[in-house]
Amino acid sequence: MEGVCGKPPIRPNPADASQPARGAAIRLRRYLPPVASLAAILAPLWLLEGFHLFQLTVAVIMALAVLGLNIVTGYSGQISLGHGAFFAIGAYVTAALMSHAGWSFWATLPPSAALCGIVGYGVGLPALRLGGLYLALVTFSLAVAVPQLLKHRSLEAWTGGVQGLFLSKPEPPPWLPLDPDQHMYLLAVLVAGCCFWLTSNLVCSRIGLALMAIRDHPVAAEASGMDIAALKTRAFAVSAMITGVAGALSAVTIEYVAPDSFGLPLSITLFVGMVVGGVASVLGPVFGGLFVLFVPSIAESISRATPGVVYGVILIVFLVGMPDGIAGLIRRAAQRIGWSAEDRTT
Amino acid sequence: MDAFLLQLAAGVATGGIYASVALAIVMIYRATHHVNFAQGEMATLSTFVALTLIQAGLPYWVAFAATLAVSFVMGTLVERLIMRPVQHAPVLTQVGVYIGMLLIIGNLTGWVFGYTTKVFPSPFEGHGPALGGLISAHQLGSVGVTLAVLLLVYLFFTQTSLGLAMRGAAYNPASAKMVGIRVGRMLALGWGLAAMIGAVAGMMVAPIVFLDPNMMLGVLLYAFAGALLGGIDNPAGAVAGGFLVGVLENLAGPYLVGTELKLTVALAIIIGVLVLRPSGLFGRIVHARV
Repeated sequence: MEGVCGKPPIRPNPADASQPARGAAIRLRRYLPPVASLAAILAPLWLLEGFHLFQLTVAVIMALAVLGLNIVTGYSGQISLGHGAFFAIGAYVTAALMSHAGWSFWATLPPSAALCGIVGYGVGLPALRLGGLYLALVTFSLAVAVPQLLKHRSLEAWTGGVQGLFLSKPEPPPWLPLDPDQHMYLLAVLVAGCCFWLTSNLVCSRIGLALMAIRDHPVAAEASGMDIAALKTRAFAVSAMITGVAGALSAVTIEYVAPDSFGLPLSITLFVGMVVGGVASVLGPVFGGLFVLFVPSIAESISRATPGVVYGVILIVFLVGMPDGIAGLIRRAAQRIGWSAEDRTT
Repeated sequence: MDAFLLQLAAGVATGGIYASVALAIVMIYRATHHVNFAQGEMATLSTFVALTLIQAGLPYWVAFAATLAVSFVMGTLVERLIMRPVQHAPVLTQVGVYIGMLLIIGNLTGWVFGYTTKVFPSPFEGHGPALGGLISAHQLGSVGVTLAVLLLVYLFFTQTSLGLAMRGAAYNPASAKMVGIRVGRMLALGWGLAAMIGAVAGMMVAPIVFLDPNMMLGVLLYAFAGALLGGIDNPAGAVAGGFLVGVLENLAGPYLVGTELKLTVALAIIIGVLVLRPSGLFGRIVHARV
């Protein structure tokens, strides 16, 4: 049996210091995964360069965006089909502040996240009081409407209208012997790492447990005194913030924002990434991010339409056949070979 | 004043199309309690089928009828092959499957028929403007066709025993099964009918907006707004809502926000309805026993 949020269930401890061989095995088991993952995260800095490192940076960013979606859809069970809109807001706030007001990248992160949180709260408030279907409808419409809003005349001074905005990557500090691509990758990993850490803490906290309770049994949760609408709306705001931060990162990585890259297809991409990576899993979005970056470019080599068709088929196959996604597959495999679950959450 | 009347007439004409799609959405909603996000894509595919048949030399109305038949088969197949297996799955799975269908059908349409914008013929062309220049022949004709479809659907559900059986199956599947209604078959029939209604809407809107694989996305959004405005579980309400949204859209364009924000109007209507009157104008408030 798995304990809640990775805390092992109480059972007699067979491994004591009196058995040094087993103690070493346990130490290996405890320290190997984090060390190995740190190495896997940092290795591309030196192993990859140029375009490949850029692609991996984008994958990290997509993973972060999918993580945001996973908070609202995976953990609190509300379906959002419009997280691309928050990605767009985050990207545009950062791009506008950097190119018009000359802010540094780091300074633009708080306003980006804040605006996404506010918009998320505002959109979620009317929809989340009602059943799950309404949020799906509202967010779907939001995703369709956002490119049009970004192109609108009244915002053109800030958004650059149809042309979009150009900006440039933050320069690496002089004491760091990295080129701008490597620096950007490190930056993305750093920001994403912080968000993943915060999210895994959030979902294992009192609030995370409450969200899961609401998802699994709303009536029982409400009877235990949880304010369902308030919790769901706040979860939606947090998730919008995280996806917005991902959007901000993407703006500086790609060095360009344009309204038509933030339409419904982006929102659907995030949704597919979430399902394929693993719903309600903190590790899942990592696989989701890698998937949405690399699978379409492979499929695109066949025909312009194939990525969409492949996405659709894979989405249905995963939902029906493997609803816990790649993360679930790995979790089960890890359990089978006797390693404790690496994913800390349920 | 003339300009106002012109916009009003145009609003009624497009409103009819929104009303049809809203009706298709509500029909599936009543049977499954889900919104078919792929409704627009299915209608676009039907319209491409119609265009292919017309280009093959069939007269318009023959192609129209054949398209309806093809759409009906497509709708029932979608229900049997894709939706039936996930009937009892969690909400996320069902919504995800709709999104998957949207991706598959939309991209296959583009793959097979190409992404270039195409001109779709109207059967009412060549009659010149009608009602003293207020409305084009196609607009008047499409209002007529839409109203005929709505009337037929109404008569079907109220006057035939099959219609009654379908209503029963959607309203209370368990009891319907007990009195001998084949609930699964009714569901497939409902999907087929919804696909047919969507196809009519697609063929009526294509001469106005031109045919391309993304043609129905905006229409679908307005249909959502119409369905919510009228009450998502009320077919007559959805039709009224569709017409209302069409008129609102056409009046808001020139008088309020300009044409670039048309889709945002749909979003604003949806959010406005959810804030002010979540059950819609004609919907019932659902109470659930826990």
